[in-house]
Amino acid sequence: MKKTLGNILMGIVYFVLYLPLIVMVFFSFNSGRGTTVFKGFSLKWYAELFSNSDIMVPLRNTLLLAALAAVIATVIGTAAAVYIYYVKSKAWKNTLNTVTNIPMMNPDIVTGVSLMLLFVFVGRLIGAKNSLNFFTLLIAHITFNIPYVILNVLPKLNQTDPHLAEAAQDLGSTPTEAFFKVVLPSIMSGVTSGFMMAFTLSLDDFVISYYTTGATFQTLPLYVFNMVKKPVRPHIYALYSLIFLLVLAVLLFTNISGMKDNKKKKNKSK
Amino acid sequence: MKKRSLLQRLIGAPYVLWAAIFIVVPLFIVAYYTFTDADGGLTLENLKSLTEAEYRKSFRLSILYSLAATVISLVIAYPFAYVMSRKRERTQKIMMVLVMLPLWMSLLILTYSWMNILERNGLVNNLLTSLGVKRLNLIGTPGAVIFGMVYNYIPYMILPIYSVMSKIDPSVLEAAEDLGSGGVSKLYRIILPLSMPGVVSGITMVFVPSVSTFYISQKLGDGKILLIGDMIERQIQAQNNYNVGAALSLVLMVLIVLSMALMKLFAGETDDNLYV
Amino acid sequence: MKKLIAILLAVLMTAVPFALSSCGSDDTSGEVEYRAEYTRDYEGTSINVFNWGEYISDGTEGSFNVNKAFENLTGIKVNYITYDSNESMYAKLSAGAVSYDVIIPSDYMIERLISEDMIQPLDFSKLTNYDLIDPQYKNLYFDPDNKYSVPYNVGLVGLIYNTTMVEGTPDSWSIMWDAKYADQILTFNNPRDAFAIAQFLIGVDVNSENKADWDAAAEKLKEQNSVLQARVMDEVFQKMEGGNAAIAPYYAGDYLVMVENNPDLAFVYPKEGTNIFVDSVCVPKNASNYDAAMMYINFLMEPEVALANAEYICYASPNTAVASNPDYSYYEEEILYPDPENLPKTEYFHDIDPEIRSYYEKLWDGVLLAD
Repeated sequence: MKKTLGNILMGIVYFVLYLPLIVMVFFSFNSGRGTTVFKGFSLKWYAELFSNSDIMVPLRNTLLLAALAAVIATVIGTAAAVYIYYVKSKAWKNTLNTVTNIPMMNPDIVTGVSLMLLFVFVGRLIGAKNSLNFFTLLIAHITFNIPYVILNVLPKLNQTDPHLAEAAQDLGSTPTEAFFKVVLPSIMSGVTSGFMMAFTLSLDDFVISYYTTGATFQTLPLYVFNMVKKPVRPHIYALYSLIFLLVLAVLLFTNISGMKDNKKKKNKSK
Repeated sequence: MKKRSLLQRLIGAPYVLWAAIFIVVPLFIVAYYTFTDADGGLTLENLKSLTEAEYRKSFRLSILYSLAATVISLVIAYPFAYVMSRKRERTQKIMMVLVMLPLWMSLLILTYSWMNILERNGLVNNLLTSLGVKRLNLIGTPGAVIFGMVYNYIPYMILPIYSVMSKIDPSVLEAAEDLGSGGVSKLYRIILPLSMPGVVSGITMVFVPSVSTFYISQKLGDGKILLIGDMIERQIQAQNNYNVGAALSLVLMVLIVLSMALMKLFAGETDDNLYV
Repeated sequence: MKKLIAILLAVLMTAVPFALSSCGSDDTSGEVEYRAEYTRDYEGTSINVFNWGEYISDGTEGSFNVNKAFENLTGIKVNYITYDSNESMYAKLSAGAVSYDVIIPSDYMIERLISEDMIQPLDFSKLTNYDLIDPQYKNLYFDPDNKYSVPYNVGLVGLIYNTTMVEGTPDSWSIMWDAKYADQILTFNNPRDAFAIAQFLIGVDVNSENKADWDAAAEKLKEQNSVLQARVMDEVFQKMEGGNAAIAPYYAGDYLVMVENNPDLAFVYPKEGTNIFVDSVCVPKNASNYDAAMMYINFLMEPEVALANAEYICYASPNTAVASNPDYSYYEEEILYPDPENLPKTEYFHDIDPEIRSYYEKLWDGVLLAD
């Protein structure tokens, strides 16, 4: 009984989560030019993606930015979490935690504008003509990503046995070795989920990006957001549908192959 | 106790430096703009202007709606995460990824799609009329805005709660049952305290983006529901008035910090300062 | 899980964009004949173009890809970035953070940019196609001596209505206050455009510097709250195409797009008058590739290019080569190119004194949050 109730809940939640995606995929096959009236089935918007490379530039930019920002944020953030974990002074620890929370508490638009003002100020100081560019955008993304990495890693560190690293050192490892061989593996799941979250947030940001990007680099969400006077056309739907189906396919593929691995393991253990 | 290694000391340097420049300095910039006028002179006018009725109403709505969204998210996400954490490990993985997947799509596109569904002649209403039920006004209502918040941010509630629940040792629950703890008492005395850190961080991650959103309220509120995020966006984007924009942001931040502190008071001291 | 993520990322990062872009056949050069001469003197340089979203023919649906054609022709790389409003463009520009070479603001914003010394004169000796621009869009109030701008698009605001939901033919903005259509009426979600409708209706100057005039218009707008379904920008397409609303003010060119999806829609210019706008090409003060920008601007005025843009954007073209071309889809289209005799008075927006500006913004807050 309880189990059925739980399954019903799951069903509803997943249905609602995916309903707009289904609608999106549906309208990506629209032969008309809008996303409201379905005029007939057509693959033309998909063909459009393959023949028109303009839309691919923002897509590539988005992925590049999200991946770079997430990797750098994960490295700095993981290091920071380890540092915070070992900090002894309570006051300093609290300060660090508070500062870490700021980007999460700050509305995006404020983060964006205040970073822009900072970049412009520094740009004027050093006399740069383009104070905003790809690197300022990257810095902005790393800045709002780091806290999420820290917050995913810290709890994992708290769960690890503090004496583990010490024990490794007693057994002759250098502290660096001890970190990479003992501490890092035990917090790896936190690092991965931190990375994932950073990547996800970067992928979808448009507010902070608007203010911190330069004149030559535009991401997909910005591209979509700026169509304020004009309707979103189905080729954008088609693009996101492709991304969606691709991610889903990779997902299923890895899970099926994972299933085979498991079976093999089971067979061996027999 | 061993002395802290050099590594342990130096490892934090990049972040401390980074945070000082890119987190703390911008905060001072916000403060600077809050307390100055367009010509750079010191003033309290920006803050004073926030006491006007429009801003007060907007603040009230933002907090009300985002609180509602947070509570609804929690009520759905909590049992969801629990059920999920009791599935087979591989099912859990798939389910988790399926929760995350919509986040990889654009919030803009998904919200657009919801407009299609919730419109007066949208999917839901077409279904209702074909069943002979009266059409409903869905879009443009506070309900639609709250729904949009829940939809967009609930994965961030499920995620941390699931992550703590999946670590609750099943044997603990069995032991509780052996000691005679039934359903409700098991939940109240064992699962709830153990999952508290996840709940606290989930609440933060839903409440904060909800309270400062402007896109969701604009699209699903039919442009008639003005939240504080809209006000900030209008001050900065449309009026290029950074001073009042900064003042609004500062007040919003203070409000967020206060509500988080309040929440922690209710939640009790969680053992590790997980997310907040 | 880790492996999964790695594979996912690897596939996404590499496969999609590169595979797709490599398939792109850039066959937009070659056949087109250009009026002006284009040298490859600036080959290897780049220009930064900052334009409205969806405001250039970009190659979708077999259209002409303007930027790509220019790149192929001149060897100049076009960095094309979009913005969502005059004001947010201004925010970026006034921060002085980025050097753009070409921007396309609207009339009143150009007036402001000139008065704040943020854009520079164009070199008309290089703009050999300028003679194609319709004289009625030259010497406009914001650039009386034709020094700073070249018109790109012209548009008019009108009333779009659904003939199955509205009785008769409305001819006045007053229908937007009609309780008969309560909850079926849309208006603009930005103060200037929304105020303008009320101002035309009550007969007040849309560029009034008199606070009382704005008060009166704000009162009128508050009366509208009870019948209003929504305040919209791009949402208007969903609302009107889907038959979700009966009445909406919007740009004439966009009506032509909507009617393709919903033939029940009709369009009218209300008798009280309406707003006309011109979006013109300008070059900011801090541009870094001025000469290449001139070449780009001249290219935008090429008959074929202007035609492609007019077809894509659906707004009226100030380029005579387009309007007189019988192959143009909107050739002699009455809504886009109305006979001045049938048109009620039209008004441009002017840059308004900052004090008045913040005054009406404040009033707008009041309208939005009125109970």
